Amino acid sequence: MASGFTYKIAGEGARATQPLMKISPQWLRDFVDLQVEPRQLAEDLTLAGIAVESVSGESDRTIFETEITTNRPDAMNHYGVARECSALYNLPLKPIVPKLPAETATAADFQIEIEDKDGCARYTARIVRGVKIKDSPGSIAKRLLSVDQRPINNAADASNYTLWEMGHPTHAFDLDLLEGGKIIVRRARQGETLKTLDGVDRKLSPEDLIIADAKKPVALAGVMGGFDTMITAKTKNILIESAWFDQVAVRKSSRRHGLHTDASHRFERGADYGATSLACARVVQRITESGGGTLHGHEIDAIARRLDQAPVLLRMAEVHRILGEKLATDEVLRILRALGFDLIPEAGLETEFAVQIPSWRLDVEREIDLIEEIARLHGYDKFPNTLPDFSGAVKEAPSVGKDRKTRTTLLALGYNEAISQTFVSHEDAAQFSEATVIELANPLSDEASVMRNSMVPGMLNMLAYNLNRGSENVRLFEGGHVFAASAEKPLETTHICIGAVGNATPSAVHENGRPFSFFDIKGDIEALLNSFQHAVLTYDGDAAAYYQKGRSARALMDGRMVAQFGQINSEISAARKLRHNVFIGEVYLDKLYVHELRQPRYKPIARYPAVERDFSFIFEDSVVFDRIREAITNLGLKELRSFIPVEIFRGGSMTSGTYSLLLRARFQSNDRTLREDEVAEWSAEIVKTLEGLGGKQRA
Amino acid sequence: MPKEKASLYTVPKLKSFSAAALDNAVENMLAALGAESKKVTDEISWKLFRDRWISRNNGLLTAVNELWLKAAPKEAKRDVGQRVNELKKQVEATVEEVKASLSGSAPGSDKLDRRDPLPAKAARRGAPGSSEQIDITLPGIHRPLGAEHPVIKTMHEIVSVFRDLGYSVQEGPEIETDYYNFEALNFPPNHPARDTQDTLFIANQESKPARDRLLLRTHTSPVQIRTMATMKPPLRIVIPGKVHRNDAPDATHSPIFHQVEGLAVDASITFCDLKGTLDYAMKALFGSSVKTRFYPSFFPFTEPSADVQISCIFCGGKGYRDGGRCPNCKASGWIELLGCGMVDPNVFGFVGYDSTRVSGFAFGMGVERIAILKYGVDDIQLFYQGDVRFLEQFL
Repeated sequence: MASGFTYKIAGEGARATQPLMKISPQWLRDFVDLQVEPRQLAEDLTLAGIAVESVSGESDRTIFETEITTNRPDAMNHYGVARECSALYNLPLKPIVPKLPAETATAADFQIEIEDKDGCARYTARIVRGVKIKDSPGSIAKRLLSVDQRPINNAADASNYTLWEMGHPTHAFDLDLLEGGKIIVRRARQGETLKTLDGVDRKLSPEDLIIADAKKPVALAGVMGGFDTMITAKTKNILIESAWFDQVAVRKSSRRHGLHTDASHRFERGADYGATSLACARVVQRITESGGGTLHGHEIDAIARRLDQAPVLLRMAEVHRILGEKLATDEVLRILRALGFDLIPEAGLETEFAVQIPSWRLDVEREIDLIEEIARLHGYDKFPNTLPDFSGAVKEAPSVGKDRKTRTTLLALGYNEAISQTFVSHEDAAQFSEATVIELANPLSDEASVMRNSMVPGMLNMLAYNLNRGSENVRLFEGGHVFAASAEKPLETTHICIGAVGNATPSAVHENGRPFSFFDIKGDIEALLNSFQHAVLTYDGDAAAYYQKGRSARALMDGRMVAQFGQINSEISAARKLRHNVFIGEVYLDKLYVHELRQPRYKPIARYPAVERDFSFIFEDSVVFDRIREAITNLGLKELRSFIPVEIFRGGSMTSGTYSLLLRARFQSNDRTLREDEVAEWSAEIVKTLEGLGGKQRA
Repeated sequence: MPKEKASLYTVPKLKSFSAAALDNAVENMLAALGAESKKVTDEISWKLFRDRWISRNNGLLTAVNELWLKAAPKEAKRDVGQRVNELKKQVEATVEEVKASLSGSAPGSDKLDRRDPLPAKAARRGAPGSSEQIDITLPGIHRPLGAEHPVIKTMHEIVSVFRDLGYSVQEGPEIETDYYNFEALNFPPNHPARDTQDTLFIANQESKPARDRLLLRTHTSPVQIRTMATMKPPLRIVIPGKVHRNDAPDATHSPIFHQVEGLAVDASITFCDLKGTLDYAMKALFGSSVKTRFYPSFFPFTEPSADVQISCIFCGGKGYRDGGRCPNCKASGWIELLGCGMVDPNVFGFVGYDSTRVSGFAFGMGVERIAILKYGVDDIQLFYQGDVRFLEQFL
């Protein structure tokens, strides 16, 4: 199970890094007298934290697929789940009592040396002589098959059965293939190699924790045994390893060699330090029951260090503070004892206990961990639902209102909100931005190997996606982060990208569609920018090179670029097989949001009539409207309310290099009706100014 | 009705107050208005025109009041009244427009037909009062509207439920450090819990200390740490945002997706409060009949931790519908929706909160998952293609 809060996207479960673990309810009945129906059991276990994801088969052959969280290696086996059942239903848990053959009197003539005390805390071994290697009995094979384990031979199966029964990984070596009469637990030496059971020759790293005999590595500790010392049909004498290896050591070699095994899965999560002896004996029992043989000497139990878990103080007051409900002390005691915790009341107190942690619960170290155990077995759903008091207030982030404004404006302008990938290719990153890219170490593909430094390639991809599927009139916008490398920390800024192809107005029975133009995107950008307070908003033609020169512009708000937009350079659209005029706009919110949202302020509505005058002029092409507008603005005519272009005409009878422009002035005063003579005077000033720009008034 | 020819229009008395008769009378009057407005050439003729139509004493509108409205039988009063009002507006507008067109046609201006009185325009547009036949069953003219993205819309909906409960929005970067994404959230280095996150890492980080190495945040939880590191309790925050995982895209997986995370810390926040808050939120999002169910889970940054299911919104929690198994909840009656828990004391340790004095809860949910449920989307990739055939369904 994944550990971010949201591990499921579409309900199919995260792509499992480990397969679901199979549990047989029938097997559980070896240890606890369950009366409950399997489906009810599945539900009860799930509500206690052993998530049963599916139930298959009927009656004795029912199988659960469970998802055990990473903190619960103790429940990754049947005995562990049986313990949960015993606590859940208040039923006795039967102990595992191994039946061993008689020990020969000979002292064990075999040595265990733990060189690496960090990597291996305990190594328990037993030697069995005179074993006959053959197939496992049917009952063992059947059980293994029921949890998807392939039976191999009675020795390997004994080890595997024990793992599924009680969770402790063990390993069986062919004793006669171990050289020098000893086992050494150590780190590998430079240049050492090991052929593992899967037949792969592996170069060992000096960081790998290994099991060696006097001469050579014979197993990758906690991960996989060696090929050359494995049990074969010829094996007669066996050494059984049952050890406790360190989580991090096992995890590192498992990852280094790309070997994830049932053993490594459990060691990585924390195996039971106290179980090595019992597991070892249990393997011996299974082997000798089917293959005969005698125990050679006593158990060899090498302890490098003790894993003593300190008792944890449990206060009933703290249970109440965290959970919000007063639980009866009896209930708390019952739950914890059923799970194997020992509670000793603190002297003179009835509400505080020193809790001894069982060796299989490496995840329980603190009072809060005990509180979770109590809550989980009490049943989460038994706690009442309450709402907390709160004295604070909602603090709105300053960008929230601005985001809302820009988003609703774009939606109203007919742009559909879209989301594209955050990753782009190196080529796209280079084409659409000068920002240094941030590369991924483990990208999903070459096309998605760097973090986007521009929203434009993503937008072009989405437009192309639509055009390729027959949608010809497309308007999209996307808001999101773009990324740039910098010496300090990565720069992450928010941009909006808008894109349009096809018609600006739809084609319908009433009127024909009109193709989207530069002035459509400019108008939309203007609508967006006008929501923000500014002194001057100007446009120049210096947009980036991926825009078509002359069909694109930058918007400068109080002198700083806040947006660029226009038609995409035809070479670029052609290269992307976009056979349409593509319009893109980029709005840099980090720069735009420096400005506050415009606060509307009421101006009295004029009570006196407005007067309009039209001016028809011919200008040189070099006289752009912005110059005309500026010149007229500079006249400072107080009553001039607007001065707008009404009609523009090029070609036809016009001399090339010139154009005809019809301009309309609107005069109005707030305190009087304008007189004919003053309007005439202002009109004359306007005419003079336009002539000053080289304009010729048309007859 | 007698037709006006050469003589000046006068308001006729009405013999019938039927709709058809009224239509006819109004039409005749507007035709006269249009014709007369065209004859206005200067200020003087405009004033005459104005007085003739809207003078209070003897204007044509006053006559309309007398001859049509006052004379109308009781049952027709309302209809006549409405028409007279409408007429009044049109007459006044025309008078104003004619005036405006006079002032605009000063010497030096281009010729513009500013004297197109309202009735004529109205006729062209097919507005009421026009005689032109229009087929009102033709589709209307649609100005394109943009559709909200279903994921972002859903994200806003979730956020607003928590805003109503006093939660403030917080955001954070998508490129995070190992410290914020893992370590301070109690994912120790080399812990198997990290495996489950399918992290996308930023390249060339080897020279940095482990905690400063950059990666793409795998959840919005780092913002919990960022916020607590700068704000004192009590606090309630809700964190919407985009996250990334190393998951090859298919119908149920995506390398990008969105989460909303929440965090509440105060002097006496309890597990019961967590349950009550999420139960309330799920009812607000999915309807008051929805039930919630909590069961144990594991997240390194919460303890106790829980997964939350809601009763299946498709089959009402029954597990079957339309005579068969409910495919949405796989006949279980429950749908898994979010993860949550009480903030782990170790997390408080990382941000300098005193875990003996404050407690808190955190929760998180996948926005895509909720959007998929709400809208019945069957392929998560549809969210990230910008396909207008998909997006426009959410208008």
